[in-house]
Amino acid sequence: MTLPAERPLHIIVATDCGSTTTKAILIEQIGDDYRQTYRGEAPTTVEAPFEDVTRGVLNAIAEVEELSGRKILDGEKIITPNGAGGDHKVGVDIYISTSSAGGGLQMMVAGAVQSMTGASAQRCALGAGAIVMDVLASNDGRLPHEKIERIRSLRPDMILLSGGTDGGTVTHVLEMAEYIAAAEPRPRLGMSYALPLIYAGNKDAREQVKEILGEKTALVMTENIRPVLERENLGPARNKIHDLFLEHVMAQAPGYRKLIDWAGAPIMPTPAAVGLIMQTIAKRDNLNLIGVDIGGATTDVFSVFGGVFNRTVSANLGLSYSVSNVLAEAGLDNIMRWVPFTLEEQSLRNRIKNKMIRPTTIPQTLDELQIEQAIAREALRLALEHHKSLATGLKGVQQERTISDIFEQRTSGATLIDMLKLDLIVGSGGILSHAPRRVQAMLMMVDAYEPLGFTVLSVDSIFMMPHLGVLSTVNEKAATDVFVRDCMVYLGTCVTPIGQGKDGERCADYTVTFQGGRKPEQGMLPFGELRLFPLAVDERAQVELRPAKHVDVGEGKGAPVTREVRGGVVGLLLDGRGRPLQLPSDSQARLAALTRWHEAVSLYPK
Amino acid sequence: MGHAYTPGLTVTERTIVRRRRLLPIPGTVEAQPDSRVQADTVVARAELAGKVHVVNVANLLGIAPDEIRDYLVKKEGDPVRLDEVIAEDKPFIKWFKTEVRSPIEGKLESVSTVTGQVLLREPPRSLDLLAYVDGTVVEVHPKQGVTVETDCSLVQGIFGIGGETWGNLVMGVKSSDETLTAGQLASSMKGRIVIGGAFLGAEAMHRARQIGVAGLVVGGIHDKDLRELLGYDLGVAITGTERVGFTLVLTEGFGAIPMAAKTFALLAAHAGQKASLSGATQIRAGVIRPEIIIPRRHAADQTTETGAAAPGAERSGIKIGDQVRIIRDPLFGRIGQVVALPPDLKQIETESRVRVLEVELAKGTRAVIPRANVEIIEG
Repeated sequence: MTLPAERPLHIIVATDCGSTTTKAILIEQIGDDYRQTYRGEAPTTVEAPFEDVTRGVLNAIAEVEELSGRKILDGEKIITPNGAGGDHKVGVDIYISTSSAGGGLQMMVAGAVQSMTGASAQRCALGAGAIVMDVLASNDGRLPHEKIERIRSLRPDMILLSGGTDGGTVTHVLEMAEYIAAAEPRPRLGMSYALPLIYAGNKDAREQVKEILGEKTALVMTENIRPVLERENLGPARNKIHDLFLEHVMAQAPGYRKLIDWAGAPIMPTPAAVGLIMQTIAKRDNLNLIGVDIGGATTDVFSVFGGVFNRTVSANLGLSYSVSNVLAEAGLDNIMRWVPFTLEEQSLRNRIKNKMIRPTTIPQTLDELQIEQAIAREALRLALEHHKSLATGLKGVQQERTISDIFEQRTSGATLIDMLKLDLIVGSGGILSHAPRRVQAMLMMVDAYEPLGFTVLSVDSIFMMPHLGVLSTVNEKAATDVFVRDCMVYLGTCVTPIGQGKDGERCADYTVTFQGGRKPEQGMLPFGELRLFPLAVDERAQVELRPAKHVDVGEGKGAPVTREVRGGVVGLLLDGRGRPLQLPSDSQARLAALTRWHEAVSLYPK
Repeated sequence: MGHAYTPGLTVTERTIVRRRRLLPIPGTVEAQPDSRVQADTVVARAELAGKVHVVNVANLLGIAPDEIRDYLVKKEGDPVRLDEVIAEDKPFIKWFKTEVRSPIEGKLESVSTVTGQVLLREPPRSLDLLAYVDGTVVEVHPKQGVTVETDCSLVQGIFGIGGETWGNLVMGVKSSDETLTAGQLASSMKGRIVIGGAFLGAEAMHRARQIGVAGLVVGGIHDKDLRELLGYDLGVAITGTERVGFTLVLTEGFGAIPMAAKTFALLAAHAGQKASLSGATQIRAGVIRPEIIIPRRHAADQTTETGAAAPGAERSGIKIGDQVRIIRDPLFGRIGQVVALPPDLKQIETESRVRVLEVELAKGTRAVIPRANVEIIEG
């Protein structure tokens, strides 16, 4: 199906083929605006006994058909355009899709120096929506035969090889090429085709790389991802990754040739599409944002700061398949600190393992819900830490220093994530989107991310960001309309002064002035307390904070700040618990503090 | 959602199981179509390329990379022995001669005049792929392997560790709610698959390893004992390659949980028979569960299809009267019968609105459980 560029889009059907579920949504133009109107889902059918992804797609679309009363399918075909045969309830203008079925896109990347071209290659692959299985570099501390063994055992979908600036070293990159050739790497899917390899390193080494790898891999050359030390050029290599994903990897997966044929725009890896919609929104509203998608197996974190996009995937942090790994990485104490009751270690460990082996079960009791939300806080926290370590400025770049920098020791490659400059957090994934009370989603993110100053929080209502990402490549207005109106559920604004103090001591005085005739709220926010004020989704309020002299609300210690804030389904949260957030080490005091906070925001039923 | 429950684990007296036995790389298929194979029959064979070793000759001799061919005493493709000289320099005084020796036995694979490296490769290793179950070769996948079919009893576990093994079944306990203790493990159980009841502790695991038990099947273990056994905290349930001395299969989960009566009775009825056991578990898309396959004893039975369910038969959904296992607290591990399937969403204690079902437990007590929190005992 091809789409003439000038044809207007009124009715759009989009699917996301996930590892377990295929989700379809219908988007319709109503007046001047686009709205998401119906959704359907069905199990993904990539694996036996069906082994044809289009089965699940047809089933999910059939559910949309049933709910909407619109005829979309003609047997095993999607009817286009809308209004076919003169009936306005028949057909759609375009079908688009994303896919992460079969474990998504799994890549291995290699660079000359780990913290320079190795890191750039990793950022490039992550941004393209891949899971990075390993980063190989000349200085990664492994012996040559260990590297070769690793390449051999990994079986990625694709390899990205970079190294050297243009005109710089060729030896190191050729050394890596020789290791890859010696390993004779094989692709994950299919036995009969050559592994795709993208070379995006020093252009002077191209001929020699071709000699070494030309016959052993399906070699593709593109521009250097680090042409000079001071600049990354990730776009061309990312585009090549997407092309090869479609041509090689997807084409090997059962049913995808047909799916590619149906779609009116290239099928994108799910995380790449989510990244795209995040960038579109950040650009449109000039925001710094963090997005998180916490799933059963993995947690993806996206950020746009100062226009720079980054994405990371914590491949083994999740709340069902990988729940046990959250325990292993965070440690028992870090999880237990969020649980508002005492629990024996053995019982908690067994419960977590039982969730791992039966990942689709749901908490039936309040205790179980609280444990699951405690684990979610740690998974979110660890995934953001991981993201901060990769979303950095370029390492190895000489810094220009002024006289004012003399007293500040800053190295190159500092993280780009500045929580004080963060405007918006978008949460997605079952534990956040389907929390029984919305305030639970808000507090999970606040506890895990510890936002500073003024931050808006929201959740994705039904996980349609992938659909909207790919839609934005076809019609940006349709994508942003639906994102703002139907996808995002604004929870509200969190206001957090930075500083520490004893419980009960003055953190800041506040005055909240509402629109209309509502009586202003004012008072003292003590350390160790939370205050929640209802403020509806379409409401705004003026918040004036007068912090204690050692407390900062973004304008320096002791400096008062007045800002307009937006509301949400939860409202306005004033967080006086101090930053960094420290929970009492004494067990009884910790339980008392948690109970106090939970009651202050009505976190759980009594 | 139509299928808001966990797919059940099969526990069946008779079924037909097919197992695809495929090599990781292309090789030769050894088994003939329609031939009978034993668990330890080699059905396919492949040659795994040897390990590669890198020697930077240019650095070792202190020469430029593009000069190394002048200093090599072996060519590409030449065999090399361990410690054999592969390159040397030619100083005026013989005393100062530097030699580069091979760290392995194998062949010289390639020489790079850009990096100055020489790659040496060890001889290839032969990889034998075994049949794993007693049965018949029903399909040959050229260069890749075969499909073996067997008429058997089948028990799927929920979680396991360790690879494929086989041996005769032996009962370690008398009832399904009993703990399998170290004292119940005798040296006569070497090479056998021992069936336990509700629980297996660290001491019994240690004893099983000492004896050389091939496999253990029990209701549950504690996570802390698993951690001790493996030496690390298992993060993701992808298993099958662990080497702890035996293969372990849990039928119920973590904790002390009596083995389902049906599972225990089936295993007990086949005590003394040969079974194949795999601990491999993968709980993600493409689920793999651990399994105990007990091929039928008489060869004549192998050709009789009567009574054996076709492989991969799918059930349609949950029904009133189905036996289910509750798989989440507060009634984790209890087994009951479905007595009602209300269609409407119901609010549970957490305030979530979910689809539920009503289960009758032993002694006539009833409980309302989210459908996501039960699994059907199939078979």
